[in-house]
Amino acid sequence: MSENVHIIGAGIHPFGRTDGRSGREQGVYAVREALKDAGLEWPDIECAYGGSAAAGNADVMVNELGLTSLPFTNVANGCATGGSALAAASQAIASGAHDLALAVGFDKHPRGAFNAKPADYGLPEWYGQTGMMLTTQFFALKIQRYMQLHGISRTTLGRVAEKAFRNGTITPHAWRRSPVDLDTIMNAAMVNDPLTRFMFCSPAEGAAALILASERKMKALGADGVKIRAVTVRTRPPNSFEVFQPGISIQQGGKPTVLASRAAFERAGVGPEDISVAQLQDTESGAEIMHMAENGFCKDGEQEEWLANGWSEIGGRLPVNTDGGCLACGEPVGASGLRQVYENVQQLRQRGGERQVPGKPRLAYSHVYGAPGVSAVTILERERV
Amino acid sequence: MGQKIDPSLWSDDPLPHLMGGKRASGEIVFPMPLGDAAEGVEPHKLSRRGRLWSWTSQDFLPKAPYEGPGSGPGEGPPDFLPFLIGYVELPGEVIVQSRIVDARLEDLHLGLELEFCIVPFNAHHDTFAFRPLAATDTRPA
Repeated sequence: MSENVHIIGAGIHPFGRTDGRSGREQGVYAVREALKDAGLEWPDIECAYGGSAAAGNADVMVNELGLTSLPFTNVANGCATGGSALAAASQAIASGAHDLALAVGFDKHPRGAFNAKPADYGLPEWYGQTGMMLTTQFFALKIQRYMQLHGISRTTLGRVAEKAFRNGTITPHAWRRSPVDLDTIMNAAMVNDPLTRFMFCSPAEGAAALILASERKMKALGADGVKIRAVTVRTRPPNSFEVFQPGISIQQGGKPTVLASRAAFERAGVGPEDISVAQLQDTESGAEIMHMAENGFCKDGEQEEWLANGWSEIGGRLPVNTDGGCLACGEPVGASGLRQVYENVQQLRQRGGERQVPGKPRLAYSHVYGAPGVSAVTILERERV
Repeated sequence: MGQKIDPSLWSDDPLPHLMGGKRASGEIVFPMPLGDAAEGVEPHKLSRRGRLWSWTSQDFLPKAPYEGPGSGPGEGPPDFLPFLIGYVELPGEVIVQSRIVDARLEDLHLGLELEFCIVPFNAHHDTFAFRPLAATDTRPA
């Protein structure tokens, strides 16, 4: 029987653009916030896992945090960096090897869409040279087909972005803090049809850090923790349709998100109907829509009704992306997955301020997805005392 | 005609074929794998006809390694020419990502019949594309 693992500290560096502060410095800031939140000092931390996609190695942070000789593992797992760091930190506690662990993610990307190198993904040069190796194209191609097959309207895409910016206005760590109305979103410059400029998140900067503790340690410290009920990471199954694919199988394959989600629900022993608040990967509006179904919260096509009726708003049936998600916070790749967990920790501890989900949420769900087809899911629980 | 953007991407037949690979299992893949991954995979001429599986537009200038209009020295977004992209299902084979030419965005729909073609890409290179079958007759050879 493995040990129960709790998150007893959560810290964040505001997302967006912070000139004059490196990605790693933002990471250090987030770690200090998390330590303060947990009532701990850096030398208390027994092991650490973290990384970034474009802002250097995490283990160098000991220069600023303190040379305590702790084992510090760099995680370089693209969009799943945060999720993988959390999974590793969680296992370090669950195994009984440690009582206090850190998971940290940070990043700082140049402006504009990501430019991936074909060779890094095992793809031929012509794929990049001819302008087909773009993450934005993948999301547009995926939602375009989904809309045709499942009757999702362009207005629904717009409503997802409108909700994100509205939630961003009441979220201190969000980047986009001003509301954007539906007409503006719908009529903005097209990026990749059907997705306009306001329907895409932007690469950004930011950091998030979590302090994990064994149950014994949490009780000894008298800390305010939330329990990790499941952390799962899944890569591609056969015949899946993912970002950066010059060719797709004609056999319909599985999806890493569906696999990670099912495994998380199974491990936690709960179902989608038990979840009170969810943070779902919203690289663009369509991603949130498709991920609602892939994570089991609705059937394909029902999102039309969900968005029209406000069921995924704060105060709705299942609030989704309560801090504005990637659309309002931007996407510093290494930090994004941990931001979602940070937000769920705040919601479960009822520290969400203006964006607090009503009704004392008990179970919170987060899902991150990225290239080359990897998903991580976390389910957290606020135990009743 | 410019040079091929990749020498092995399509065949040199009078009516060229996009080149895929056939695994020992019979599965068809695109593109033909490179290096060690090509072991046991036979080059396979893909069907010249297919149907549109999904589509989008590329409305902004991609960053490097993009080499199309707008990417050259002294060029920028004003020199960029937006283009259409789709996935084309080649019956019984594989679904390939491709440029879609000789069509407007509003013409595109699931199942639209398309044919393989070679188009100019930049000052030096040609690339592959698919175009609506109906467009074939009206286009000079």
